[in-house]
Formats: sequence, C-alpha cells, structure tokens
Amino acid sequence: MERLTFDLATQPLRELNTFLHNDAKDGKARHVTVLNPDGAHNIAVGLDCPVEVEIVGHAGYYAGGMNKAASVTITGSAGTGVAENMMSGKVHVKGFASNGAGASAHGGLLVIDGDAGLRCGISLKGGNIVVGGSVGSFSAFMAQAGRMVICGDAGDALGDSLYEAVLYVKGNVKSLGADAQYEPMTDEDIAAVASLLDQAGLDHDPKAFRRIASKRSLYHWNADANQEY
Amino acid sequence: METKPVQFKNLSREESYGYDRKTLDYIRNAAAHGLYEIRGMGAKRKLPNFDDLVFLGASMSRYPLEGYREKCLTKTVLGTRFAKKPVELDIPITIAGMSFGALSANVKEALGLAATEMGTSTTTGDGGMTPEERRSSKILVYQCLPSRYGFNPDDVRKADAIEVVIGQGAKPGGGGMLLGQKVNPRVAKMRTLPEGVDQRSACRHPDWTGPDDLAIKIQELREITDWEKPIYVKVGATRTFNDVKLAVHAGADVVVVDGMQGGTAATQTCFIEHIGIPTLAAVRQAVNALEDLDMKGKVQLIVSGGIRTGADVAKALAMGADAVAIGQGVLVALGCNGETYYQNGAHHDAIADYNALGTTPGFCHHCHTGKCPVGVTTQDATLEQRLTPAVGAKHLKNYLKTLNMELTTIARACGKQNVHHLEPEDLVALTIEAAAMAGVPLAGTNWIPGQGF
Repeated sequence: MERLTFDLATQPLRELNTFLHNDAKDGKARHVTVLNPDGAHNIAVGLDCPVEVEIVGHAGYYAGGMNKAASVTITGSAGTGVAENMMSGKVHVKGFASNGAGASAHGGLLVIDGDAGLRCGISLKGGNIVVGGSVGSFSAFMAQAGRMVICGDAGDALGDSLYEAVLYVKGNVKSLGADAQYEPMTDEDIAAVASLLDQAGLDHDPKAFRRIASKRSLYHWNADANQEY
Repeated sequence: METKPVQFKNLSREESYGYDRKTLDYIRNAAAHGLYEIRGMGAKRKLPNFDDLVFLGASMSRYPLEGYREKCLTKTVLGTRFAKKPVELDIPITIAGMSFGALSANVKEALGLAATEMGTSTTTGDGGMTPEERRSSKILVYQCLPSRYGFNPDDVRKADAIEVVIGQGAKPGGGGMLLGQKVNPRVAKMRTLPEGVDQRSACRHPDWTGPDDLAIKIQELREITDWEKPIYVKVGATRTFNDVKLAVHAGADVVVVDGMQGGTAATQTCFIEHIGIPTLAAVRQAVNALEDLDMKGKVQLIVSGGIRTGADVAKALAMGADAVAIGQGVLVALGCNGETYYQNGAHHDAIADYNALGTTPGFCHHCHTGKCPVGVTTQDATLEQRLTPAVGAKHLKNYLKTLNMELTTIARACGKQNVHHLEPEDLVALTIEAAAMAGVPLAGTNWIPGQGF
C-alpha cells in the first residue's frame, strides 16, 4: 500500500505510532496522512525509516520527536519540542512552533515557516534548523554543533553558552547570550545559508544574514575571569 | 621583668571549632584562586544514616528462619505499572548510573560483566551508551539526562529500561560536570563536544519544564518504545515527599531517590556538602508519598546514596524500598582508594600517584582530575589499563554476593522468607535524629519524634 490515512478522531495514537515503527518500516506504506491531530502529543515519534508523514492540522508536544530518516510535515502549528533529538530526515512545520523546537537534534533538518518560541535549537547537537519567522529568547542555548538560520528576529540571550554550533540571523537580535559573538560572514557561510534556505524553500538573500558563533571563553575554568554564566 | 614561659600548652594550641584547619585551608584556597573547589565522591560530613538503625531480630515473639537451610527469596521486579516488559532482577541491588567519561570503558565493562553474573542491572550515565556496556550488561538502564549527550533513539530501543534523570543526590539542582582532562577524543565525540573542554551540562531538560510536561515526555518515550520498557524517574533527595508524588503523577513506573551521600565524579564541594537531605530521611518521605497515593507496590522505589553494606540494603528494604542502587561502594570494590592496583598478575604500589594528587589512599576524592591512581575514574590511556574488566568484575561480583548474603542473613534472622517482607516494624533507631528521620521508634521506647508519644 503506497498511501494510508490515519484518522486520530477515531483511531488511537498508539496504533499510528506502532504502525509507523513496524509496518511502515516493512514498506507497507510510503506515505501516511494523519487527519484530526487536534493538538495530540507525540504524533509520529521515534520513526526509523524513510516514510513520509503528513499531519493535517495542529500537533501537540514532540511531534516528529527523535526522528530518523522519515519526513514529517505538519500543516498547522506544533507544540513544545517538535523534532526534539532528531537524528536525520526532515520535519517541516508550516505554521508556528512552540518552545524547545529542535531541542538537542543530532541531525536532520527542521524547517519552521512561521515563528518559534523560547529555546529554539537548545542543546543542538548537529542538526540544522531554518526558521522563516522569529525565535524567542534563549534560542540555541548551549548549542554544540549544527546550524540555525533565523530569517526574522531573535529574542534575548541568543546563543548563550554556545559551543561549536553556528547561527545566522537576518533580523534584529535583542541580545546575545554569554560567550556568543558576531563574526564576519565568509563565502562558506553564505553558501551554507543559501543551501539551507533552498532546502527549506524560503526566499531570502543569504548575504543579508549575520553570523554568530562562540567566543569560546567559557570552554575552560579560569580562576581569574569573572564568571558571567 | 622577665616573661614567664607559657605553661598551658594545650590550651594555647586549642583549635577553633568554627575556624579549624580545614576551614582555614578552605578560606586560603578561595583567596588564592577565586574559584570554588570541585571534587569527586559524596558528602564527607557525618550524617544520620543507616548505621543509626538496628534490626529487632526474631526471638520469643517472632521466630527466625534457619540461616543456611531455609529459602529466602531476593527476586525483584521493577516496572510493573505500565511497561509490557518489566525488569526482573535476581537481587534487589543494582548498579547506579555512572557515565562513560567519568569512568573508563574498562570499568563500564566490568560493571556489566559482574551485574550480568549476579542477575542485576547497570545504568548508563551522562554521555550515552557504549557498545561495550550494552554487550556486557544483560539488563541495562538507559538514562535520559538534561544534557542529552549521546542520547539517540537507537539506544532507547536497545535499552531494557529508561531512566529520566531530574537530579542526583550529590547535586540536586545541578547539572553534570566533566573536566577537560577527561574529555578525551572518544568522550568528546560521544558528547559532540570539543576535546578537552571543561564540560558543564545543563541542569534542566531542554524540552520540558515541570511535572505536567514530564508526563508528556514520559508518554513520548513510551510511544517510541511501543510501551514495552519501564520508565524510571530519578530525583536527588530534597523535597522528596512532593517530588515522588509528582513523579508518580507524571507516570513513572519506578522512582529512584538518591540521597545526599550519593557520589559524583565532579561537583562543587559546596553542592556536595550543603544541598540535599540524607538518604535516611529521603526513604521515609518517598515511602510516605507512595503510601499516600496508594501506589506502594505498584510504583517501585529504588534508593541510593551511601548504601555500602548488606545491612544498609536490608534497612532500606525494611523502610520500604524495592531495590537499592550503589555507586561509590562499587567503585571501592573495584579498587578506589586502595593502596595497590592489580596488573599483569601482580599488585603494584599506587601510593606515589596518590601523593602526586596531594592525597593518600583512604582520603582520595580526585575523580574529577581523571588521574585515578587505580584506573577507575580515568580516561588516561595508561591509567585505565590498571583496571581490567575481568579483574574488576570478579571483585564486584564478590562484593555484590557478600551484600546479598548479608541481606538474606538479616532477613532470615527477622523471620522473613523474602527480603521484600522486611518492614519498618523490624527496625528501631539508636539516635533521636535517626528515629525522627526514618520514622521508627528510638530503641527501647515507643517514641518516634514528631509523631507524638
């Protein structure tokens, strides 16, 4: 069966997830449409095969959580922790995303067409995040690896305690967090932003973005420095 | 006039209680460095603990079981509330979560080998699951920590249970810490960190805040694992009564309560000594919380923090724990603070290496330096060879066996055919503090402080 529809108004969530973990992995469906999500939590979590899932409407917490290889699209908005700890594949939110979007994602691509809430990309570990709108405060907190492209504005303390993740912002940044700094855009950065925008299907001038990375001054204890974290 | 020599030698050299030599050292160190002390192990101060309780063995009013002949069961099942596949252990003594990073790969393997032989579980730590650990440990509990270092869905699926860590007894309210000298290339890669950074993990989970969110997070882990695996929630002991209730409300199968005697590989001393409550007090509060919710026996309780002996295990169980977890005792069994290490069939003196750290066997708490003289808490290529998995596993197996023998000996003496039948009524306290904290009477009285006469 190529296409299959699950209606969460009549079918339990557990049935959907179990299907996606087992039958979909066995190739019993390439494309699954989820109707009436109605803000349910944990839709399409822990996927482990290149299945395409379309959630028609709004999703609750952790939609597409820990995704591996699958492609999950949410036509509405997503709750807290969308695509948290994603390993690979793609999660696309066509509406807005709540707090902790893409938290600790190790890989894959998270695209949010609208705005994202607080702590977007917190503890990012190698995944890529593209946000068409703005992000809330404390985004990219302790982000270790991966890239974030923010087409709108950013709230307070962007990139606080950054490790090796790199952030690109087009709009205004209310404030940078401890140890984050602006750095010049290189050709490589412009190419990276262009590629991510292209994958996200967003049309912006890559040269209009600013690069933010770690000062690396918090990497080691320093008895003489004022501890600002 | 000539000054008379001082006759009162001892009085004139009286050490101040408040400003003793330890405190003077502390102030001088603070003045010299402008940075707090970081060290390993747990609280060193004297605390009310299980030694302050004794068992009322059987006599006329109860009769004991024969120590060597009659059966005394130790089987322990954890995760019966929601999980399709609860964890079944042969003994109620588990190995506490300790990271690869804090410990060497050899040590993690030794833990797995010994635990497997004894039919019990080991637990990963901050930094993910190593293949050695998964291979050697038949029952492996996978921790989900605030840092999420190395956390991935494949290992979630490989685990036998998942432990969501809110905090640990040595540092409730604090995140993990691993100093640069232990962040070698393998550790760095597993944690996606630059090599050699002084790693300070987050203290809050990145994708949930508060018990209502935790309920959804737990549901996510259940959905990912198709409701097969038990979900533990681990808290450092502070407001234990409320925390345990909230963990149960959030849907935990098992609650792990870690008291302030629990160890750490690296934390600020002010944290270790001044935050959290003693294990003895925490067990009582945790059991009260479960009873209050009518969840005793439905949600299992694991207690950790300063469990050293079979008597400690028996007392924790009598107070209402279903199992215990041991960290520091396990490390000592492997050689921690020993004068020698065993390599190539012979014992070698390690004292010079302790001295180089400014310490001596019996006092060492330098896990944070990664220069463990006996090869336990290190990532150093040379030092880690001082503890081979087979030798470590043999010692640990003996230690666990001894604890289990002591546990069953005590249970039989109290007339119990099953160690889980030990009950608070089997215990009395030797001090008023312990009586109040543990909620058992002061020996020879009916008095439980705080509960009237």
